[in-house]
Amino acid sequence: MADPITITLRVNTRVHNIGVEPRATLLHTLRELGHTDVKNGCEIGECGACAVLLNGEPVNSCMVLAVQADGATITTNAGLGTMEKPHLIQAAFADAGAVQCGFCTPGMVIATKALLDRNPNPSEHEIREALSGNLCRCTGYGQIVDGVKLAAKRLASSRQTGGASC
Amino acid sequence: MLPMFDYLKPRSLDDALALIATTPKAFPIAGGTNLLVDVRSGKVQPEALVEVGFLDELCGIRKEGGEIVIGAGTTIAELLSDPMIESQLPVLHAASTTFANTLIRNRATIGGNLANNAPCADTAPALLVLDASVELASVRGKRSIKLEEFLTSPFETVRAVDELILAVRVSVPPRAAIGRFRKMGLRKISCMAKVDVAVLLDFNSEGICVDARIAMGAASPVARRAVDAEATLVGNPLHPERIRRAADQTAQAAVPRPGSEYKQQVVRSMVTKLLDDIAREGGDRRG
Repeated sequence: MADPITITLRVNTRVHNIGVEPRATLLHTLRELGHTDVKNGCEIGECGACAVLLNGEPVNSCMVLAVQADGATITTNAGLGTMEKPHLIQAAFADAGAVQCGFCTPGMVIATKALLDRNPNPSEHEIREALSGNLCRCTGYGQIVDGVKLAAKRLASSRQTGGASC
Repeated sequence: MLPMFDYLKPRSLDDALALIATTPKAFPIAGGTNLLVDVRSGKVQPEALVEVGFLDELCGIRKEGGEIVIGAGTTIAELLSDPMIESQLPVLHAASTTFANTLIRNRATIGGNLANNAPCADTAPALLVLDASVELASVRGKRSIKLEEFLTSPFETVRAVDELILAVRVSVPPRAAIGRFRKMGLRKISCMAKVDVAVLLDFNSEGICVDARIAMGAASPVARRAVDAEATLVGNPLHPERIRRAADQTAQAAVPRPGSEYKQQVVRSMVTKLLDDIAREGGDRRG
């Protein structure tokens, strides 16, 4: 039983055609493919460290079997920007001091990306709601909310000047 | 690592039902937010998971006459973004806003929430006051069961192992009816309910309550209606002494676990608050 199943995953700019065991979670599969910016936290859908965009929607990748994601487009934190060219959200997190140990940050950035795609000018309540599935064990929530607000502010001004969208 | 199991993706509903019926220890999977946790812990030991959430028969929210049919594979996020649910079933919309967190809501389904039947399932009290029915299918045929009969004991339902939940069906309440939902947990969000309460009241033009439904979750082994409290309200205006009696009766109908007797007081407070709010707004509207 449980022969490998061939699937296709579009992860950031890469396309992977791979064989996976049915029991492999999307989280483990992504990490084995080298996408180690997707963090393995609780593996029971509590912490959000493994959050990715699955066809544009933020999900816990530990709660998705890789076979269930066959054909999907997946965006991870590292797909948004690089050290040399960080994404607007990543730069805002760094500038706001929203990164302490950094373990929750990729998931927080992904949840923020999903929020700002839908709602570019969120209230603080909407920010806290959107990040409700992401835990920060350093408890640096205040700065993380500040980081999201800063990203939204920069997004608004870049849109006014015709700059890049979020 | 999760234990080994097969993964089967059916071509159709009939194919799915046949797979569930003929494959030993096969479990349907949609969002997987309960099931994969149980598989990881060993509480559930499947030999195969059968993908069902994508099947046409389990997808979408549609109006059929005076009823709304919600496909079992509808995610909580889809419930939240559906304008028909928000405008016509506000009590279910409100329950969905309290459900887990944004990441889980993108995967968890209404069918899965009922199939799992955790005592604290947030959609259950809302669907109970909406008098929901659960539509089931198997190779043996289809059947429809009232939700209150479907939910039998904690984490148990009347669903047979070869049955699949297709949809949840509710009657749209009258336009004047008022539905409310309130949840108490350890946090404001991303938590399991300690107690949640749903109410749905309808009034005639004289302000007499003509239909009353009150349900509570997490305060008993399974979510349940408080029929004595409902009877207290029907046929009367929503006066303070009626509210107090209905709140007492709802609290008495709660059967919390030993050590959690405080939940009866919480139920009483929550019902009082919800009914007080409705009474005040009703008075404003008529006044």
